[in-house]
Amino acid sequence: MNKRFFLGIAISLVFYGVVQALISGEILNDFYVDTLVMLGINIILAVSLNLINGFTGQFSIGHAGFMSIGAYVSAIMTTNLGYSFPLALICGCLAAAVAGLIIGFPTLRLKGDYLAIATLGFGEIIRIVWLNNDYVGGAAGLNGIERVTNWSWVFFLVLITVIVIQNIVKSTHGRAMISVRENEIAAEAMGINVTRYKVIAFVVGAFFAGMAGAISAHYFYGIAPGSYNFMKSFEILVFVVLGGLGSTLGVVVGTVLLTLLFTFLQDIPEWRMIIYSLILILTMIFRPKGLLGNVDVMKLFKKRGGATKNGGTTTTP
Amino acid sequence: MTFDYLVQQLINGISIGSIYALIALGYTMVYGIIKLINFAHGDVFFVGAYTGYFAAKAGLGLILSLILAMVVCGILGVLIERLAYKPLRNAARIVILITAIGVSFLLENLGIITLGAQAQGFPEIVTKSTYTLWGDVTIDSIQIIVLAVTVILMAVLQFVVHRTKIGKAMRAVSFDMEAARLMGINVDSTISATFAIGSALAGAAGVVFAVMYPSVDPLMGIIPGLKAFVAAVLGGIGIIPGALVGGLLLGVVETGVQSIPGMSLWRDGVAFGILILILIFKPTGLFGKNVREKV
Amino acid sequence: MMGKKFIAVTAALTVTTALVGCGSKATTSSSNSDTIKIGTNLELTGAVAAFGQSQLNGINLAVEEINKAGGVNGKKIEIVSADNASKKEESTRTATKLITEDKVDVLMGAAISGDTFAAVEVANNKKIPMLTPSATNDDITFDSKKNKLNDYVFRACFIDSFQGKVMADFSAGNLKAKNAVIYIDNSSDYSKGLAKSFKSEFESKGGKIVASESYQTKDTDFKAVLTRIKTLNPDVIWVPGYYEEVGKIVKQAREMGITAAIEGGDGWDAPQLVEIAGKDNLNNTFISNHYTAEDPDPKVKKFIDAFKAKYNTVPDAMAVLGYDATFMVADAVKRAGSTDKEKVKEALANTKDFEGVTGKIALDKNHDPVKAAVVLEYKDGKQTFNTKVQP
Repeated sequence: MNKRFFLGIAISLVFYGVVQALISGEILNDFYVDTLVMLGINIILAVSLNLINGFTGQFSIGHAGFMSIGAYVSAIMTTNLGYSFPLALICGCLAAAVAGLIIGFPTLRLKGDYLAIATLGFGEIIRIVWLNNDYVGGAAGLNGIERVTNWSWVFFLVLITVIVIQNIVKSTHGRAMISVRENEIAAEAMGINVTRYKVIAFVVGAFFAGMAGAISAHYFYGIAPGSYNFMKSFEILVFVVLGGLGSTLGVVVGTVLLTLLFTFLQDIPEWRMIIYSLILILTMIFRPKGLLGNVDVMKLFKKRGGATKNGGTTTTP
Repeated sequence: MTFDYLVQQLINGISIGSIYALIALGYTMVYGIIKLINFAHGDVFFVGAYTGYFAAKAGLGLILSLILAMVVCGILGVLIERLAYKPLRNAARIVILITAIGVSFLLENLGIITLGAQAQGFPEIVTKSTYTLWGDVTIDSIQIIVLAVTVILMAVLQFVVHRTKIGKAMRAVSFDMEAARLMGINVDSTISATFAIGSALAGAAGVVFAVMYPSVDPLMGIIPGLKAFVAAVLGGIGIIPGALVGGLLLGVVETGVQSIPGMSLWRDGVAFGILILILIFKPTGLFGKNVREKV
Repeated sequence: MMGKKFIAVTAALTVTTALVGCGSKATTSSSNSDTIKIGTNLELTGAVAAFGQSQLNGINLAVEEINKAGGVNGKKIEIVSADNASKKEESTRTATKLITEDKVDVLMGAAISGDTFAAVEVANNKKIPMLTPSATNDDITFDSKKNKLNDYVFRACFIDSFQGKVMADFSAGNLKAKNAVIYIDNSSDYSKGLAKSFKSEFESKGGKIVASESYQTKDTDFKAVLTRIKTLNPDVIWVPGYYEEVGKIVKQAREMGITAAIEGGDGWDAPQLVEIAGKDNLNNTFISNHYTAEDPDPKVKKFIDAFKAKYNTVPDAMAVLGYDATFMVADAVKRAGSTDKEKVKEALANTKDFEGVTGKIALDKNHDPVKAAVVLEYKDGKQTFNTKVQP
């Protein structure tokens, strides 16, 4: 923990305060609050998937499945069983993390595209389980969930997600994960427990995906299995790759831009998906490392930091 | 559950499986050469089906519709490859995958804009006749045609890949793109040829599919595309006979699950479950060779 | 290192908010203009785009006719169309946007129950009347879990339980069926609702459900389940789904020699059904519907002709419900005498003797239409009137 860390938090809080004031002053109406909440949920999803795909290099496209577990478990607890939201939120996250563990272990043998298709399969199986279960409403899903989250909840949960993931990434664990991504065999030779780090990535990633699901369920009034199919997983993957794999900042920027783009194109529905897909293709062709993939933010900062403070501040927490 | 019932369900399974296999052939070809999960394959399939639809409406028969669809889709495949994938030849595979997803969304939504989202009925261009084998067991002409087309195309592909010059080039490019280039193989045109063949196969599958299940809509390729992909992985992606075996296996498993009372909902769940099990115990699919990691 | 990232992230978010904020100022519009604004929250892209697009066609045709006839209370109707991409969370956002940004007077949509649920609370909280043309789930207007009426939410279609009951009565009575098989689209709320009410009514009439099977939207091969249904030899197969899958089910069933009566609801009603199933295969099938396109009633004929002229296709159930719902809104605004939200809400709740293409509609205390259903039989690809059932 260094000065800059606290400065960052301070600035975030100022940002929060400003937005909160704008909301209280009714300068930002409900539609913008909804959009901010949506942004927050998408950021949590993308940043957590980035831990698995970007930092650890494990090609997973089952994130929507983890998200659905968080959404369903928390919604069952609040709506059907009457528990409070904070408890439901934690249980939702933990349930998703357990699923991450269950899926993480057997699929460790798999690499690359084979892992991708296996995670996609797991995601679909989870969806089919919800679909075939009448206790959770089957195809209709659970409706009439109270809106208990709000912009403040979302903001602080996004903050927590980014802090935790950044902490992991910057720690020795994070370096181990990156070494797994770069070269698994070399990592193993250096004495890194590859299996362990892959599982950690899956569990932590799933935990936060579950959190996003729980927030979403308690903001948008209802959930249904159809919202968590493989197209949703693709959507999250697109945020990550477009922003820049392995760069938290890039992923956040990518998520914000794509979510806003999708929102602003709402008035021209017929062209919405066409523009969206063209931008996707063109970005990939002209910036194959993602929007911020080429700008090495870390180096940029390092130089400046190094000049003034002799690099002394770059110790990881 | 009588013997007849089981045989009939087996026929049903093989008939649906041969469609999966037909789509999976194109998937597997493209994957085999540039290791790309071409998610746009299912949408090339829909373009093929619509080409067949318009050809049939214009009065063309099955064979002509099929050829037209194969030509259109072959050209479309080459275009997609040249415009979207070629600039990314040296990029990370996940980037090409996202591009493929983008191409897939683009084709679907261009389809919705120009053709409307509603499903249209496909004109009857093949008169279907049903044959009774014995007792209650029946098979119809389209089921036979689909299986025959799939097996023939697979054999042709196998021949092209293993016995012709272009096939040799394909295998070389697939094995090591750089070395192939150094050996004087025109890598770009080899890859284009692969896309042309793979996409033409998707087009053919589209028409056959629309004849068998007579409706077309712009989103019709998503589910068959996913199923065919699963079939290709089951059999060992990149391996041509694997696509046939994977497709038939998937078809039979799906039908088997549905033929048990009250289990129809678990069809896809069981299919994915088997996929995962096979991947865990034989990570490269049933026919896949275990590639030793280069250290 | 962490701090720097935070600064950057925060900066990004600030820029975003600035963008959003600017957008906010640019799009504020006056609500007391001389038009009546109807916001449509429909599935124009995504998985069920076919429903939303068709419904919007029906709505646009109605608006065109109303405006041509001079509008309502001297004001023209303006449609603000927004797309919810067939996603629940988008539907919430779309409804909020239409209310807070576009300042619409009345909301219409969504086409399917799931997306409608996601907008119900928005309409309630913002106190904006909302009319869904085609969401059939019983709980949309009256929340049975909370035992509470959603004051601002109305619908223009049958609720699920009605159609299932009508067809169960028809099967047990007119067709004298004893055994039925239920074959539903498990990924559709509508289909499940119809199946549930059919089952309880059919069993109460002494019938027996010999099997319940399911498929999923976009399935194409039904032979595995149909082969099993064939061995059960039922009198009736109840298939309350949408035309795309139903057409294939009917075709495959007939081709494998199943001759039993096959029945469904208004989801079958589309011209494409006949092309997909084949007209001979459709013999001995029955559906319940709001109306029949073959009805000689001049109102129906006028609608069909106008729709054909404008869109070059015969309307399906989604289109006709969108058309009627728009006239219901116009009728309510007219009776309210203004676009005052409370008055329009009261007027909608008091809808009585409204003459639509789909018949005479009155809303009951749960804001659900009370209207007659017709049972239609397909003969050589044509719908023919069989019986009319009063609720």
